[in-house]
Amino acid sequence: MNDLISSNKRRTVFLMLGFVIIVVLVGASVGSLIGNSTTGTILAVVLSGVFAFVSYWKSDAVALRVSRAVPADPNEYKRLHNLVEGLCIASGLPKPRVFVIHDDAPNAFATGRNPQHAAIAVTTGLLEKMNRVELEGVLAHELSHIRNYDILVSTLAVTLVGSIALITDITIRTMWWNGGRVSRGNDRQNGVNPLALIGFAMLILAPILAKLMQAAISRKRETLADVSACQITRYPPGLIAALEKLQADTTTTHSASMATAHMWIEQPLSGVKDSGRLGSLHKLFNTHPPLAERIALLREV
Amino acid sequence: MNLFIVLIVVAVIAVFVGLAYNGLVRRRNDVDNSWSQIDVQLKRRLDLIPNLVETVKGYAAHERTALEAVVVARNSAMAAPATPAAQASADNALTGALRQLFALSEAYPDLKANQGFVSLQDELANTESRIAYARQFYGDSVATFNTAIQKFPTVFVAKMFSFTEREFFEAEDAARNAPQVKF
Repeated sequence: MNDLISSNKRRTVFLMLGFVIIVVLVGASVGSLIGNSTTGTILAVVLSGVFAFVSYWKSDAVALRVSRAVPADPNEYKRLHNLVEGLCIASGLPKPRVFVIHDDAPNAFATGRNPQHAAIAVTTGLLEKMNRVELEGVLAHELSHIRNYDILVSTLAVTLVGSIALITDITIRTMWWNGGRVSRGNDRQNGVNPLALIGFAMLILAPILAKLMQAAISRKRETLADVSACQITRYPPGLIAALEKLQADTTTTHSASMATAHMWIEQPLSGVKDSGRLGSLHKLFNTHPPLAERIALLREV
Repeated sequence: MNLFIVLIVVAVIAVFVGLAYNGLVRRRNDVDNSWSQIDVQLKRRLDLIPNLVETVKGYAAHERTALEAVVVARNSAMAAPATPAAQASADNALTGALRQLFALSEAYPDLKANQGFVSLQDELANTESRIAYARQFYGDSVATFNTAIQKFPTVFVAKMFSFTEREFFEAEDAARNAPQVKF
């Protein structure tokens, strides 16, 4: 358990470093495309540093805001609050803030930077469709994410991966929009600047790298959280039933976005084309292991 | 040279003892903390009972025995020593008495319709499930602590600073007197 936590803290550092390096590379390539690589690099270093720092303190708020989560009223959602409190007593965690998301798709996620600053968000669909033991299983899964510090890594990934996508998006669009003006530096030299080509490749590769990073972080964590959830509830059938319900349900979680996809208990955006010719390639980008696999694993517990 | 080796060995042992001691202290505090979680919920439950008894009296005053049984069980729970075993058996007795009372209350529709009674019943059920959760956490931390002080080589440190095993939250009587089945 403690190994898990320290490995997550290490991952966080790697994630931040990886983020800074990618942003700096992107900045340098943008700079070289525009014809002023030093400014681009310095700007990127400063930007990514500030961003990584702010992310550490504020990314839970970002994740909640992006998902349109609102604080759960203690009277209206008494059952939910009671369950969370009980499970916190059982696992020895402080009670996290509880949020609801008005969305018909059953789903949930946890966020924050440590157990003292954590939050759990569930959709109204989840509250409607799950009975007590199933809901308990799902909440215990989220609490295990909190206890294992998975939330720190995944929440940081939201803002960091999101911002890489944003930066590259903006640059590529600006280039289209600006037409030829962007590459004026190259025109004068009357040749192709190889650095600019690399830069262009970087711009395309960066979001893909970021997505892979996101997928690698979360898949193993999901199965681990499933197992430790059963340690908290002492009742694997609850979580199994909940996962089966999630599997049977095909509603897309509208409140989820590409950036937060890996945080939810079930992959919110339906995994298209998982089978077929390019199936294995698509699986590489899946943020969650298939539900069938997770259920099979829990049956063995 | 020999002195140097002796010094190194002593230093290594000192570091080990220090680390082991700190680990044991942390685990012991975990046990104390999880015990206080149970304690809070048990107290809360005891606080709810006088109100419940008053409410039931208003509708079913002649269910004397059941009401008295609850009051007696509550009083003995209040007086029970703060050891896990004593608290657990007092808690068991109280749970039995309460169950009896709630079973009887089924016969009084007016009582069951009383808003105060319903919310008390809810609160009690809630507190009971929290006691169950707290018991689980307490059991986990006791198990970890007991394993830690029995393990080699930490066992020497535990003996040296007299760390003793903790009890689980289990009733003595219930465990010893297995229910007898007669045909």
